[in-house]
Amino acid sequence: MTPGGVFARVVAILGGLAGLRRRRERQQGELHRISGLAGGEFDAVRSEDEGAPRKNGPARLDEYVPPPELDETSDPRSELIVALLLIAAAVAFAGFVVFYVVSEDTQLLGLCIGLGLVLAGTASALAGKRVVIQEKTTDEYEDYGDREEQIEVEDHLVEAKVGVTRRKLLFSSLAAVGAALGAAAVVPLASLGPRVGEEVYETPWSAGKKVVDETGGPITLDTLSPGEFTTGFPAGESKEEIGSALVLVRLETDELELPADRAGSAPGGYVAYSKICTHAGCAVSLFRYPTFDETQPGPALVCPCHYSTFNPADGGKVLFGPAGRPLPQLPLRAGADGSLEAAGGFYEPIGPSYGGIREGPQESPL
Amino acid sequence: MKRAVRVFVPVALMAAAIGLMAIESSAAPAGEGPAPAPASAASAPGRAPESAGRRLFVQGCSSCHGFEAEGVKGSGPSLVGVGEEAADFYLRTGRMPLDRPGEEPIRGPSPYEPAQVRALVAYVGNLGGPPVPAVHPEDGDLAEGQKLFTENCAGCHQIVGRGGILPGAVVPDLGAADARDVAEAIHVGPYVMPSFNHLSKSEVDDLAAYVEYAHDPEDKGGWGIGHIGPIPEGMVAWLLAGVALLFTIRLIGERTPR
Repeated sequence: MTPGGVFARVVAILGGLAGLRRRRERQQGELHRISGLAGGEFDAVRSEDEGAPRKNGPARLDEYVPPPELDETSDPRSELIVALLLIAAAVAFAGFVVFYVVSEDTQLLGLCIGLGLVLAGTASALAGKRVVIQEKTTDEYEDYGDREEQIEVEDHLVEAKVGVTRRKLLFSSLAAVGAALGAAAVVPLASLGPRVGEEVYETPWSAGKKVVDETGGPITLDTLSPGEFTTGFPAGESKEEIGSALVLVRLETDELELPADRAGSAPGGYVAYSKICTHAGCAVSLFRYPTFDETQPGPALVCPCHYSTFNPADGGKVLFGPAGRPLPQLPLRAGADGSLEAAGGFYEPIGPSYGGIREGPQESPL
Repeated sequence: MKRAVRVFVPVALMAAAIGLMAIESSAAPAGEGPAPAPASAASAPGRAPESAGRRLFVQGCSSCHGFEAEGVKGSGPSLVGVGEEAADFYLRTGRMPLDRPGEEPIRGPSPYEPAQVRALVAYVGNLGGPPVPAVHPEDGDLAEGQKLFTENCAGCHQIVGRGGILPGAVVPDLGAADARDVAEAIHVGPYVMPSFNHLSKSEVDDLAAYVEYAHDPEDKGGWGIGHIGPIPEGMVAWLLAGVALLFTIRLIGERTPR
């Protein structure tokens, strides 16, 4: 037997046990009812039908009560489990909303959504298997006025009444799940925040800001030899700011092809660019520099995410790849002690491109 | 069994033939290098007797690098001043000689005997430049090496050195690179790799230790899956998750036996 079969069998046995017990209880109840009624009009009706008086009603009637056939339609235990699962799912989705507000941990958010979906999914699978009627029965029409049928109708009425109450529970928990899931879907809209505005022009860099390495040590004109590169940061500022990290390249001064208005921005052949790719914001961490430029590809800064390739000799111009605009360049100058410092802010807005800023050169307000 | 043999024999023959062709074609251009020196090239009038390295250089290298290693425009760079370091790196790893100028030098079997490599390296070394660096991976700090590797090398070579691609170049797998290769490449910056001369000697030791460790890294927490990164790892995860999902679907969809 397949594992699925085993699981289904186990569920069936559990459900069957519950059904059996319920059936037995109801049979006993019916017997009581029938016994009570038997002495009255029912007995009279039957007596007329059969044309013979019967005084041993209750004992005789026992034989006429068939075991109920249509009782697999409702299984209170499964219904309860489904309702509980749905409520738990609703709690998990609500947890998403709560954690979204009180915590910055995205893993908690993912856990809540995942747990909620698993619980809701389990609930619907279980509902499909154990709660919704899955059997077809055919029943022959019988004459109205049949006592057994009346008993059955009465039985169904009782059962239906119980069913309505349970259905209420099920529907309310389902509504709770819907509401919580809806809230979880809507709440993150708060993260959309305001327009970027001037923020992309505000970086830690301004004229005179020293360039340091990742340990805070100064970077001087002697740090790199031509053809080398490293990562630079603004002295005394957070390295986490999107505008902080620089990719610092030293080229031979005769290799530079900078636009005329940036002529003074590369002391000793040092050029500095924002390390954040203008395509999708990855760190531009790859640098190629030919040993022999006559037969090999020229110098380039490459983003590892989608291979946007920029020319460090020519103001970060895009050579290849999906980036739509040059890598923003930071003008450099050498301080009195030979240490590198910024000669101003970036020439272009930094960071990944967004609506309306992809095409064409951008003028910085700085 | 017979059937297997019937299939296997022609396949094996074909494989052998293809292998032979490949060996022949790769050996052909390089074959001129280590061949005995023809008398004409060896004796220019008025020159001192030539060393073995000089002879090999004239035969195997001068067409691209020039007779005096001064470089040939459009073919190969000058080797004056590159030193034993670069010559040792390119020759010992079989990256030179190239089949034709302009192609990317790739590690492979060298057409030169080790003694011939030493002679050539000595010749280029005599033209000036740095010697073969001394590197001591056993003194290196593995943790520091990984940090340095992450910062400086992993962008192209991938975090456990399995290589990758770059626009215009194939980034080599470091699985075959020993400590000496690492130290030389850091200084030389072969092909389009930049050099990293700002790294100190002890940092180079750290990096060499890490690269040697990364040949066969310890896979804590699961399968390495070739150590080639998150895409195959993600694929494996999806395949496993897919099996689990199919199983769940079957559970949900199965008829309950009555």
